[in-house]
Order: sequence, then structure tokens, then C-alpha cells
Amino acid sequence: MEDFKLMKGNEAIAHAAIRCGADGYFGYPITPQSEVMETLMELRPWETTGMVVLQAESEVAAINMVYGGAGCGKKVMTSSSSPGMSLKQEGISYIAGAELPCLIVNVMRGGPGLGTIQPSQSDYFQTVKGGGHGDYRLIVLAPSTVQEMVDFVDLGFNLAFKYKNPAIILADGIVGQMMEKVVLPPFKPRRTEEEVRKECPWATTGKLPNRERNIITSLELESEAMEKINLRLQAKYREIEKNEVRFEAHQCEDADYVLVAFGSIARICEKSMEMAREEGYKVGVLRPITLFPFPTNPIKELSQKVKSILTVEMNAGQMVEDVRLAVNGKIPVEFYGRMGGIVPSAEEILAALKEKLIK
Amino acid sequence: MCNMTTKDIINPANLVYSKSKLLTDNPMHYCPGCSHGVVHKLIAEVIEEMGIQDKTIGVAPVGCAVFAYNYIDIDWQEAAHGRAPALATAIKRLQPDKFVFTYQGDGDLTAIGTAETIHACNRGENIVIFFINNAIYGMTGGQMAPTTLEGMKTATCPMGRNTELNGYPLKISNLLAELDGTCYVTRQSVQKLANIVRAKRAIRKAFENSIAGKGASVVEFVSTCNSGWKMSPHDSNKWMEENMFAAYPLGDLKDSEKNNKTPNIKIQ
Repeated sequence: MEDFKLMKGNEAIAHAAIRCGADGYFGYPITPQSEVMETLMELRPWETTGMVVLQAESEVAAINMVYGGAGCGKKVMTSSSSPGMSLKQEGISYIAGAELPCLIVNVMRGGPGLGTIQPSQSDYFQTVKGGGHGDYRLIVLAPSTVQEMVDFVDLGFNLAFKYKNPAIILADGIVGQMMEKVVLPPFKPRRTEEEVRKECPWATTGKLPNRERNIITSLELESEAMEKINLRLQAKYREIEKNEVRFEAHQCEDADYVLVAFGSIARICEKSMEMAREEGYKVGVLRPITLFPFPTNPIKELSQKVKSILTVEMNAGQMVEDVRLAVNGKIPVEFYGRMGGIVPSAEEILAALKEKLIK
Repeated sequence: MCNMTTKDIINPANLVYSKSKLLTDNPMHYCPGCSHGVVHKLIAEVIEEMGIQDKTIGVAPVGCAVFAYNYIDIDWQEAAHGRAPALATAIKRLQPDKFVFTYQGDGDLTAIGTAETIHACNRGENIVIFFINNAIYGMTGGQMAPTTLEGMKTATCPMGRNTELNGYPLKISNLLAELDGTCYVTRQSVQKLANIVRAKRAIRKAFENSIAGKGASVVEFVSTCNSGWKMSPHDSNKWMEENMFAAYPLGDLKDSEKNNKTPNIKIQ
């Protein structure tokens, strides 16, 4: 029998981190994700697995601790929410530039500015398009269930180490705060020093006589060399686009209309889809799971078959730009969104669907 | 030996001094007369003498020492401006058997990285902070630093630092010495042999403190920046002795072995 537990998404992140053999967590309190660090402090993993948990003096310090830990080849992570994520952008750019693996969690709240502590999805641009300076990409996973909060911790670390690139779980405040039943993975031991040295020969583990010194840096003043680094990064991002697209399609096979949504909103869209089908409208839902790489081709293929698409988001319309790029003008792509921390209801989405697509 | 020829002098058998094996052959980008080169040399010598090359990880700053990793043959991480103590915190906590140090200038440590510096020290991280204080931003072309002396001219205070406008020279080592998390805070210089010898002893002591788990050690080097100060190396040293040492007097500000503070709690 599977061992079900009932917990919040934020708590699930903490449990999953310990169980997947994470070496370190560095964070700073901010609503609505403070339970991540609180849970870790209660679980005291330093007494069991040896995982380091540290409350930093700021989000800036926390992400730079992640940078230092990642440079040692360790499995390190941080979590925050939107205003805190703005502060972390400097460090994220450096980590991406130095090509280090790490896991970041953003439990999004409404903005701009101090905004609201209520849920939102308005950091899509910041997370998917950049946020920090320079041409870099993050591997972006968007969970819609507490179970995915658990599963994406291990997945995020695996992808981060596979590509030596930061991975981020882009959750909204709903997934962070809601309680659901989850199955926790079995404990995976932390890697030994020998294993880290073997897996991460580039890491600052101490210069042994049999190798050159390792230098973790994102600096290169020679323009041609710096362009080469950028080209290598871009080639890596194309590779990620080729290999790592993840999405979920519900009843898209016979659909005339499709709702595209990520995170918790996709689940509300599924309810709207059921209601629409009861009324005789053939509606499907496509949920991008990876926002980078974006499921461009699946949406493009869908646009050959369906009449129109409605993108639903808790923001002013951010992911809809990527949907439109994928569709490339072939069919109408409309948008419906709420802001300020308001979660649209299934009825509301159905009404928007009828008004904007079915007419 | 007084009748040695040049040939005798360059004969390896007669060498009485050589550079540390840990100093690479990369030509240093520092200006002639700058203190960085001497401090690099001392750090390399101490690491070599302690036999801890395989256990030492340096964190380079943003500033003139941004390329420190090109010169000392150990593992290095290059931090964002001011963030070196945050990186060092994680490196040390995740690899407690390592010697971890940051190498930072006054802009990096006393301006943009004030929070990271104070909190890493206050947490008592078992790291070493090497702090080059030359009272100016060297790399970016000689702008005012928090440690710039009153009346001192820089690119961003061309009429001289005006304390009404720019506040006062920040004596950050005095501040760090007040924190319970630091065990050793000292101010050194490297402009003459006696001071170089003392500075080297301080470097070694700081490393020893870190592995003994005593807390954070801070070694400030009151330094010159002859390019930024627009003086010859010789005049820079003289100016430093006459002006910098008055604001930043040399010596130990704290040594927990000597003045271990006891909590001021009395139970009646």
C-alpha cells in the first residue's frame, strides 16, 4: 500500500528536498512560501542526512550561497516568492553564466512592487524570458498539484545537473498553500565527496595534484571568447528544447476549442472543459509543464486541428505571447486573465470561452 | 661572497629567495607599486607552507582582484560584486574540512557587500576575509569608496570628500571587531619588510582560526593605489603612512585568544 501523506505544497518541497539527497537549502522568509524553510527547520535534516539549512540575511545572500554551493558540485536550492525573486535575479544570472546546477522555487504572489500575498502567475516573463541580465535561460517546471511539487524537486535537480543549468519550479501561491495527498519518494542518500568529485570534475572541491585548478566564473573579457561562451549556452538551450518539452493534453483529440493554461489554473480549466462538454462544446485543455522549453510544436500541431485557443492565466497575459508565437497567426488565440490575487472560477472561464471563442 | 659575479647571482644553487610554487606564471595585471601583488604572494606562501593547497578554496571579488584566480594555484570561485562572503558561507558549510577565504576590496566589502560581510561575520562563519583597503575604486577608474579619507580627491569627489555630502570614512574593521561572530580582526600593511612579516603572520593565524572553528577572521590590509591616487609608488607609500594610518591605525582590533569576551550575565 502506498504511503499517502496530507500536506501543503510548500511543505512537500521541503520533504522532497531531504528525500532526494539535497546538500543544502538557503532561504529568506517571504509569504506565501515561508513553510518551505520552516518545515526544513522542523525536520532538522542536518541531524539525519547532513543537509545544510541556513536562513540568510536576504534573498541576495541566499542565492549567492546557492551559487557558492553549486560551485562545489553540491545539490543546493533556494525558494522565494515574487518580490524576493526580483532580488535573486543577479545571482541567477551569475549561476546561469557560470553554468552551475541548482534548484530554485518561486511560489508566485501578485505584483508589481510589494503587490499582494495572494496567488498570481505574473512572474512568467521574469522566469521564462530572463529576469536577470544577459542571454540565459532557466529550465522552468510549472506544477499544478502538490504531488508535482514533490516530483519536480528531484526532476529539477536531475535536469539542472544534466545540463549544468539552474532549474526553477514556478509555482503559484495556490499550489504552495493548498493541502493535498501526496506520495513521498523513498530516501536517496546524499552523494559522497568521491561521488561529487567524479560527477562534477569542474567543482571547487580542492585542487588535487592530478588536475588543474578549477575556476568557477562567468567573466571573460575577450569578446570572441565571450561570444563563444554565449554560442555554447545557446546550443545547450536548443538541446534542452529538443529533449525536455513536457506537457499534458486533456481531450484535445476531438476538440474544436482548446484552453491553454499552466499551474493550478490548468486544473480549473479542466473543470470548465467538463462543463463545456456537458453543454455539447468540444473543448480540450493543454497544460505546458515545462515553460522553458515551451511546448511550441504540440501547440503548433494543435492549431492545424482546432478552431481557436483561449489562454487563461493569473496575470495580464504573458504566456499567451508564446502560444501566439507557436500558432503563428493560423487561428485566433484569445486571452482571459485575472490579476491582483484573484483566482478565476470554472464558470468564469467557461463564460470567457463562450464569449471570446464560440461567440 | 662579496666578489660574486652576475653569473653567480643567477646560479640557482645560490638562490636565497624564490616565489611560492603556488604563484602561477601568469603576468599580474596589477599596477607596479600596488599592494595586491604582495598580499597575493603572502597568501600563496602561507597556503604552501601550511600544505593546504588541496583544501583551500578562494572567493574572488569584483574589483581589481577579480582575476585573483589567475595567480594563485588553488580552486577559486568568482563572486558577484560584494557577495563573496555569501559564497564562502556556503562553500565552508558544505565542505567544513576546507579552508575558505574571500579576497575583497573596499568597494566590494564596505559598500555593496556590507550586508553579506556583516552577516557572515556575525554568524561566526569559519572563514577568512582578506580586505584590501586602498580608499578608492581602482578597477573602475578611481571613484570614491566608503573608506575614502576626508578631503581626498577621487573621480566622483573631485573637490575632495566632503563629509557633509558623502559621510565619513567607514572603519568597517572596528565594526566587525564588535561582532560576537569574529574571533580575529587585524589591520596590517605591506609597504615595508617588517610589516610584510607581520602581515604574513596574521594571514597564517587567520587560516588556523578558521580550521579550529573559532569564527570569522578579518585581515585588513591598508593599501596603496598609486594609479588611483595619481602618485608614484614611493609617494603612495609615504602618503599612506602619513594619512591612511591615522584613519586606519595598524594592529590587532580583536584577538579572541587574548580578549575572549565573556557574556555579561550575573546571576544574583
